[in-house]
Amino acid sequence: MGIRIIFDKCTGCKKCVTGCPFGEIEVIEKKAVVKEGCTLCGACQEACEFEAIELKRPAFQGTADLEKYRGVFVFAEQRDGELRACTLELLGAGRRLADRLGQELATVLLGDGVEGLCQHLFAHGADKVYLADHPSLELYQTESYTAVLTAVISQYMPSIFLFGATTTGRDLAPRLASRVNTGLTADCTSLDIEAETGLLLQTRPAWGGNIMATIKTTNHRPQMATVRPNVMKKPTPDMGREGKIIHIPVNLDPKGIKARVVEVIKSNDRTVQIEEAEIVVSGGRGLQNAENFKVIESLAKTLGAAVGASRPVVDSGWKSHPHQVGQTGKTVQPKIYIACGISGAVQHRVGMETADMIIAINKDPDAPIMQIADYAVVGDLFQVVPELVKEIKSRTKKGESAV
Amino acid sequence: MRIVVCIKQVPDIAEMEKMETDSETGNIIREGLPAIVNPFDEYAMEEAVSWKERQGGEVIAVTMGPPQAEDALIKCLSMGADQAILLSDRQFAGSDTIATTLTLAGAIRKIGDFDLVLCGQQAIDGDTAQVGPMLAENLHIPQITYVSKLEMEGRYIKATREVEDGYEVVRCKLPALVTVVKGINVPRVPTYNNLSEAMDKEIPIWRAEDLDIEKDRLGLLGSPTAVTRIWTPESRSQGHVLRGGPSELAKQLAEVLLNPLQR
Repeated sequence: MGIRIIFDKCTGCKKCVTGCPFGEIEVIEKKAVVKEGCTLCGACQEACEFEAIELKRPAFQGTADLEKYRGVFVFAEQRDGELRACTLELLGAGRRLADRLGQELATVLLGDGVEGLCQHLFAHGADKVYLADHPSLELYQTESYTAVLTAVISQYMPSIFLFGATTTGRDLAPRLASRVNTGLTADCTSLDIEAETGLLLQTRPAWGGNIMATIKTTNHRPQMATVRPNVMKKPTPDMGREGKIIHIPVNLDPKGIKARVVEVIKSNDRTVQIEEAEIVVSGGRGLQNAENFKVIESLAKTLGAAVGASRPVVDSGWKSHPHQVGQTGKTVQPKIYIACGISGAVQHRVGMETADMIIAINKDPDAPIMQIADYAVVGDLFQVVPELVKEIKSRTKKGESAV
Repeated sequence: MRIVVCIKQVPDIAEMEKMETDSETGNIIREGLPAIVNPFDEYAMEEAVSWKERQGGEVIAVTMGPPQAEDALIKCLSMGADQAILLSDRQFAGSDTIATTLTLAGAIRKIGDFDLVLCGQQAIDGDTAQVGPMLAENLHIPQITYVSKLEMEGRYIKATREVEDGYEVVRCKLPALVTVVKGINVPRVPTYNNLSEAMDKEIPIWRAEDLDIEKDRLGLLGSPTAVTRIWTPESRSQGHVLRGGPSELAKQLAEVLLNPLQR
């Protein structure tokens, strides 16, 4: 590994200086000079428009010094200063892997003013938190986050690095894996350690869950995976548990970031977060029109559930695309999936078939969705769903535990 | 404006049960399955062609795949691509996303002088969504993923990305790579004339030796990940069938939903 400036190409434009998150490159007499603290994160190479920076990364045949890579790292994803549920789930999974390996579990937390979250990470099983706290890291932006995580990998050499399969994780992890030249397995639903080799066994559904595949990264480190939200069990927190915080110095000039978030538009509608919801209530063509979707929404509200939709419903404009479950929409794996008036074409089933429990409400007992439902309810959704809402409301009022 | 669109030919999901896997490598045998252009890539194609129609320029469709992936490129030409290039070589076989993106990047460098690379958010067979970001890294250009709205402002693009709790607007100077979601447009359906014109166009095939990449970085050899086991999970079967009047059904369902023991 090493970094070299090709002086013939360097124009002294200083783009690399603003691009470096760690202030480790400067321009002296119109040529870039790399300082000793360089982490080889590659941000300067990205910033350079003249291909004047050459970076040598681990050989492609495999990572050198494999045995030096130790520990399980989890990317701690926060949004608006709050940890995402999938991060806590990952800590549970990561703890088990770390214990099997007899190694430590660390998390890497990036943000602005987020040190307070460290205690939660310790409570959920982390031994260490690598903390990069800097105003420029407040929002997730691919370039800055990739640079900081590349530096963490170069310096602390984790054996395993896990991410939630969220829009952030699925944007960040592949960029990072490509930069450090290692393998990445997307959307895992189970993780284990191979007894003989200590390698990470990454299992994921492919072809919409019709096939399961176990994947290994044998000669490259870290072994990277994104993990589907809602699948791993959240550990019970122990608020007394302690750990160690290691501060990662960051000296990022926001001017160096090329793709910048200029606006964040929050949806007031929480029912759209179908990938992280424990219960999803979905409506299909059986709803007949957009207006009737309020039947679905009222059940979702009663259950604290998210609202899904089948493709025909989205194509007809009854619901927006972010609600779509299935092949050209989202894949969800909730505890309970309630399909109302959905026939269950294969294009829909691949997006929800791995739910823990499926309830289908349909007039047609022969609809494909009914054949895979744990509870196939033969009936008219316009009659059954409002009755169900009433029933749940009356029972929860009487003090039975709400869902 | 010169736009490269990376597409993938995928098996038609409705025919999935006919799929087979190679017992040695665990890789999926694609031969003999009806094939389509990955649906997400059609949105990328449509976006590219509609930009060309408004602003002028050129659209080049690229795919890596077996010789029959040519059919997918014909579809792209019929949708309005000016050129299509097929990357096909035995040496590319067994590529994971790292090897795939290295190969695609080699081809895009050879095409040269591009402003924008467009991809679908993911392919419906692998579902990894990794090719976009990894390709952007290989090309040393910024990426914007899950884009549902794309605007041009001179040499800049403004992209709205779908995230779990809403949207983010990202601004970025070209060149850049953008992956698109379904909501971004409605892909055109080519006419018979479009199709027959497309069939007359020549589609060059680029082999490993046409790309400036070391041999052992391609295909299975250049892939850090390997499938070690592949199996078909037990398919779901029907559980309880509930029948009766609405209030009776509601009572039974409420029992299931509210009583954790029933779950």
